[in-house]
Order: sequence, then C-alpha cells, then structure tokens
Amino acid sequence: MIYLKLCWHILRINLLYELTYKTNFVLQLLQSVIELGTSLMGLSIIFLHTTALNGWRPAQLLVLLSIYILVRGEINLVIQPSMQQLLNDVYKGTLDFTLLKPIKAQFLASTQRINIWSGVDIVLGNVVLIGSLMYLGNQLELRLVIPFVVTMLAGGAIIYSFWLLLASCAFWFIRIESILAIFQTMYQVGRWPVSIYPTWLRFILTFLVPIALVTTVPAKVLIGQISAFDLLLVIIVATVLLITSRLVWLKGLKTYTGASA
Amino acid sequence: MRALASIYRAYFKVILLQQMQYRAEMFIWLISRILEPIIYLMVWTTIAQANGGMVDDFTKSDFAAYYIVGMAVTSLTYTSVMWEYEYRVRNGMLSAMLLRPLHPIHNDLVETGVNKLLILLVVVPVIGLLALAFHPTFHTSSWVLVAFLPALLLAFVLRFILEWMLAMAAFWFTRVNSINLLYSVLLLFLSGTFTPLTLLPGPVQLLANLLPFRWVVSFPVELLLGRVSEAEVLLGLGAQCAWLFFLLTGLTFVWRSGTRRYTAVGA
Repeated sequence: MIYLKLCWHILRINLLYELTYKTNFVLQLLQSVIELGTSLMGLSIIFLHTTALNGWRPAQLLVLLSIYILVRGEINLVIQPSMQQLLNDVYKGTLDFTLLKPIKAQFLASTQRINIWSGVDIVLGNVVLIGSLMYLGNQLELRLVIPFVVTMLAGGAIIYSFWLLLASCAFWFIRIESILAIFQTMYQVGRWPVSIYPTWLRFILTFLVPIALVTTVPAKVLIGQISAFDLLLVIIVATVLLITSRLVWLKGLKTYTGASA
Repeated sequence: MRALASIYRAYFKVILLQQMQYRAEMFIWLISRILEPIIYLMVWTTIAQANGGMVDDFTKSDFAAYYIVGMAVTSLTYTSVMWEYEYRVRNGMLSAMLLRPLHPIHNDLVETGVNKLLILLVVVPVIGLLALAFHPTFHTSSWVLVAFLPALLLAFVLRFILEWMLAMAAFWFTRVNSINLLYSVLLLFLSGTFTPLTLLPGPVQLLANLLPFRWVVSFPVELLLGRVSEAEVLLGLGAQCAWLFFLLTGLTFVWRSGTRRYTAVGA
C-alpha cells in the first residue's frame, strides 16, 4: 500500500535528518527522565497524606501517568511538529508544494514532520505502563486488551482531529500559534483523573477540549473500571471529531489562496 | 544615581511599548500560570475531602486561599531570563548589550518590572474570579499586611538575582534547557508551588528553609495567610536579605568569569 510505503519514507528522511543532531537525543532523554521524576515525586508526596486520590490507588495513578506520557509522546512525535509546519506553510504560501503532490494533502500535511527523539516519551511511557501493571498485579485481565487498544486508538484520533481542527483555523486567521500553545499547556490537566475536577470543568474537558477522554478513559479500562457508556462516548466523540476536522480541513483548503504563488 | 534614574525612565517607556505588542503571549502565559495552581488545588481538595475535610491543618478553603495567593506571588516574582539567555549567548545578541556603558542586568530588571505591572492588571481580576469560584478563607491580621510588602519585594529581587545568576550557565554550556528544567523542578517542590511546605517530609522542609527556594515564593504566601509568627517573620526577612547579599556577591563573580568566556558567536 502506497501510504504505508510513504510513511516509511517520511520516517527514514526524518531519521536521517535528526541523526545529525545526536545531542538532541541525550537532551530529550534527560528532559523526559526529569519530567517523569517530577511526576513520581509529586505522587509520592500525595500518598504521604492519603491512600487513594478519589478512589485511585498509587498503582492506578501510575497507569494514568504512563498513558499521559504516551499520548504526550505521540503529540510531540508527529502531531505537533507537522501542524506547526502546516501553520508555517499556510502563512508563507508554501502549502502549494504539498497540494501539488499526487497524494491526499491531509495525509501529507499531518505526517510531514517527525520529531524522532520524542519517541523517548513513547518508550518511557511503555516502561512505566508495564511497571505499573506489574505493580497493579492480579487485577489485570486479558479481556481488557481489546477495549484498551480501542480507547487508545480513539484517544489518538481525538487528539489528532482536535489539533487538525485548531490548525485548520489558520486558513481563515493565518497566525494562530497562540491557540496551539494554549492547548499544549492545557494538556497537563490530563495527568490527573478527570473526576477530581468540578463538574463544569469536567464538562469542558470531555466535550470542548476532550483531554479527559484521551487519558482517563484508557486508564480506567486497564484498572477495570470502565463503563459501557465511557467506551461508547469515546468512540462517538472520536468519530464526530474525525469527520468534523476533515470537513473543516476541506473547507479551509478552498479558502487557501497561496500567498506566494 | 540621578543618571541611573533617568536611564530607568527611558528603559521603562521603551519596554512598556515593546511589551504591549505581545498581548497574546502574555495571555497564554497567564493561562498556564492559573491552570497549574488550580490543578494542584483540585488534587489537595480531593484529598482533604477524603480525609474528612482536613490535610494537616489545611481545610479546603485554606488550600483555596493558599493556591490563589500562591498564584499571585508566583506571577509577580516570575522571571523569564533563564529561558532567554541561551539564545542571547548563542546568537551573539549579548554583544550589543555588552557594548552599552551599562550592565545588561538593568535592562532585564526594568523589563521584568514592567511585565509585573502589566501582569498585576490581569492578576487582580483573576484573583477575584478564583475567590468567587473556590471560596478561600483568610486568617490575616493587620500587622501582616505591613510585613507582606517588603517580603514580596525582597522575594521578587531575590528570585530575579538568583535566576539571572543561574542564566549565566549559558556561558559554559551551549544548551541549558536541562539545567533550567532541573531548577524548575526544585522550585516546584521547594518553593511551595506544588504543595504547602508544611505538608512535605521534615528533611525536605529543612532543605527548603536552607536553600533560597522558600524565600522566593512560599514565604510571602505563608505570611499573608497568617501562618508565620512575628519572630518567624523577622527571621524570614533576615534570611531574604542574607541570601540577597550572598547572591549579589556570587553574581558579580560569575558575571566576571562568564563574560570572559563569552566568544560572541554569530555577531
């Protein structure tokens, strides 16, 4: 399949490019480890004063933390760099080059930049995930694997569509880096179970900026507390967002005038 | 002194106009400043609820007051110089600053000051909104208000000098992001940003007292909430002054050897 082949080539080109800057790997590793250490210290302080945070025991919060790190890795690996490039292209008119290629423009625009070193977060996230699952021990059941994969995929789709939706606003407003930056800072609410927030905030985090669905829901699957309602909600929101972002992208492309051309 | 005052006035005008251009950036910065304490507030409120309304001697509304005042003090003492210095050194921007007959720290001091004035305009209404949302309680007596202002001012200057000195690391290392990150982690735990210092284990509390971290953020917050006695206030102000003296001496030394290493790449 041509898209798979393309993915491979894009990955290879980006890898070759990034290998020039090997120190960046060490720096990224250092940064990820420091951030993980910070989170673990935070959790250990919290559990000095309580045995469960709103029903989440230490191992369960670790599961949530690992998913938080995984999704952050996913964002920084491909979504954020590609969308940043897209904004740049729209601003400078260089999106012309993407549009001229005989491949679906949305695919190219969404995969054009890969920040290989952010893969460190994905590896680290997996390590923490496996560690916390072992710590969690006997509660883990094999039948949870499929719902977990489904919610992770749906979460990925939600995050991607949401970024695409925001980035597509550039077709109308041109300079919108600020909106993306706001989302980056907002993402940190996903480190904690959404149930600790007040109702109004929970509503925002589920429907307006669906960060809760992306981190809390897959974690709830793994600790065996998922409800059919949550599962359905994630799938519906993911589908709606995928379709909406596609429509907005197409509509945006129509208004694109190619400043340089 | 007169000459310096007129230079500061000129800097003030220019920088005020410069900063007015970046309203969007300030807005983003503010969102993360507000969001972070709200998250921690929610975490500790949840724990307090589970423990029957208290964590140590903090009730839910004590936590609310703590994080709201903490947000204000953090915003009013924050400096961005650590994150800019690497760029200045790497691109040789510092060369132009060195050519001026005035230490570059003056420019940064005025810049940070102007930034605080603008931030104050936003922070005050935000405090009001947060107070409405989270119902804080204050046990503040009137003498505390008198001590709060010097404590806050000292905290601001102390943090400014400390971070300006740490920013000098850029003279020795080309990439200082990890150093800055480590500093932020220390600041997060030891300055009372994540949790009130009294909730930390004893040895960590001691560390926060000995290092400058408690004195750059937590102390004015504790003071305003009426959590320190008269004697402790004097001790705290003393500690702030001592650290200020110590860091100023250190800064002179680090600046001298740093500028000697500076090679003005790119300029």
